[in-house]
Amino acid sequence: MGLVESGKMPKPLTNLLNISRRYSIWIFQWGLACCAIEMGAALGSPRYDVMRLGVIPLPASPRQADLVCISGTVTDKMVPAIRRLYDQMPDPKYVISMGSCANCGGPYWDSYSVTKGVDQIIPVDVYVPGCPPRPEALLEGIVLLQERIRHEDMAERWKGDPIVVT
Amino acid sequence: MTAISDRQKLAYVNAQAADGRVNLEFETEEGMTLNMGPQHPATHGTLRIVAKLDGEQVIHCEPVMGYMHRGYEKLLEVRTYPQVNTLVNRIDWLGSFTNEVPFILASEKLMGVEAPPRAQWIRTILFELGRIANISLFLGDTALHMGGMTAAFYAFRDREFVLNQIEAVTGGRFHPNFDRIGGLKDDFPKGWIADTKAVMARLRDFCDEIEDLVVGNEIFQARTRGIGIIPGDIAQSYGLSGANLRASGVDWDLRRDVPVGLAWDQCDWTVWTHPDGDSFSRYWVRLQEVREATKIVDQLCDGLPSGPIMAKVPRIIKVPEGEAWVATENPLGEMGYYVVSKGDLGPFRVKIRTASFNNISVIPWVTRGVYVPDVISILASLYFILGDIDR
Repeated sequence: MGLVESGKMPKPLTNLLNISRRYSIWIFQWGLACCAIEMGAALGSPRYDVMRLGVIPLPASPRQADLVCISGTVTDKMVPAIRRLYDQMPDPKYVISMGSCANCGGPYWDSYSVTKGVDQIIPVDVYVPGCPPRPEALLEGIVLLQERIRHEDMAERWKGDPIVVT
Repeated sequence: MTAISDRQKLAYVNAQAADGRVNLEFETEEGMTLNMGPQHPATHGTLRIVAKLDGEQVIHCEPVMGYMHRGYEKLLEVRTYPQVNTLVNRIDWLGSFTNEVPFILASEKLMGVEAPPRAQWIRTILFELGRIANISLFLGDTALHMGGMTAAFYAFRDREFVLNQIEAVTGGRFHPNFDRIGGLKDDFPKGWIADTKAVMARLRDFCDEIEDLVVGNEIFQARTRGIGIIPGDIAQSYGLSGANLRASGVDWDLRRDVPVGLAWDQCDWTVWTHPDGDSFSRYWVRLQEVREATKIVDQLCDGLPSGPIMAKVPRIIKVPEGEAWVATENPLGEMGYYVVSKGDLGPFRVKIRTASFNNISVIPWVTRGVYVPDVISILASLYFILGDIDR
């Protein structure tokens, strides 16, 4: 991927690569708390059916995943596992932080054992607010991420601001 | 290429050190140690199971908790009574309304307020809807752990109809925050009762479907029959409750045995038990529980009394000094709140008794000597929710 990262790749090739990456996202389900159920409804249920967006929710391990969805309360005890699994994912990797707890601590903002925001541990691309967000909100977050991947310049990847679903 | 700030680097180093400390605790000299979790599908969240193996057999298996500990009991000390309601929704996140009811009942007991009959009936209906939403997911999810994916899709499909009904009343899909001290926030919307009865008929069809698809399945029976047997006396000594206890042949249901003012005694329903105590019977008892819950909702919808939904309570809620304990039969088992009040705006101390915490305490006993794949079926059939364990 050295050529891609350096930004010296011809434009048509970059376009082709981005379109392919956009519609073949393997999402790793990191279900932690309540949001995991809504994530399950969005990714696994026949009503919301995420596969029509070109997202496959069933990688066997984080080593096969492009996108991880951190859904739920991140506690201080859970942090090492999250960081380790994020490190195991191959680049280019993306992170969706789902729900208020993963975004900023949410209703546990004054708790002694909750990490106030998963962005203290790993870089986050899309924040989906809500407690818990509806499955539609998660799908909207995934669509926004796909838009971003489509127009992405690999060299500039981490210079953009995170997306917030409104 | 990933830009990591100093703050992130520091967090990473700390995290690695903490992880190493946890691993050191479970170093063994003989045999092999198998780690399941903290992120494992069979653990319904973030439970970590450390199993010491001899070949394929489990010598000792220990659940490691605390990955979802959010400090509930400490947080409740700095919240006012209406705020507590919002927070306790998130303990057992599949049947949220069932978490609010015992706390509100305990507060009402302290204040000497009683909700009007219509409010009690609506509470019972929503309570049972929460139970259906909770257990119907279990019915599909357990099959998923045994390798049958289809049932999980069916469960998610039919659970949505129940969630729609809850949303139509409360505005939340599964965190309703609807119960108030002295009554409820709102009444049912127009046409809700007819819709609910249609949904209940649909849920009964779903139960029949599950019975054909999962319970009658040869592989499912081979994976669960005679696996993880918990005798009744062992179940009682470990403090199991709910369907796990009833599956061991103990006829005990708080809804019937300890009336708390809700409308369960107004309708005709059965408490199902099973003499075997294995994984299969735990599944079967829960399946019957969903059927009974649909019957309860139907009967309550038919006989819903008219009247107000809110008793007279002061605008600013101050609970007089005292202590109260109220426990109800949650989808997972006995859930209770011991509320201590000193006459302030918020509780002085709340002790939460959740069912899953006691239910998983039997894991070391029941998994000794079983094979590794059976651990999955035992864990799945015990049915715990991590928020309910760690709080």
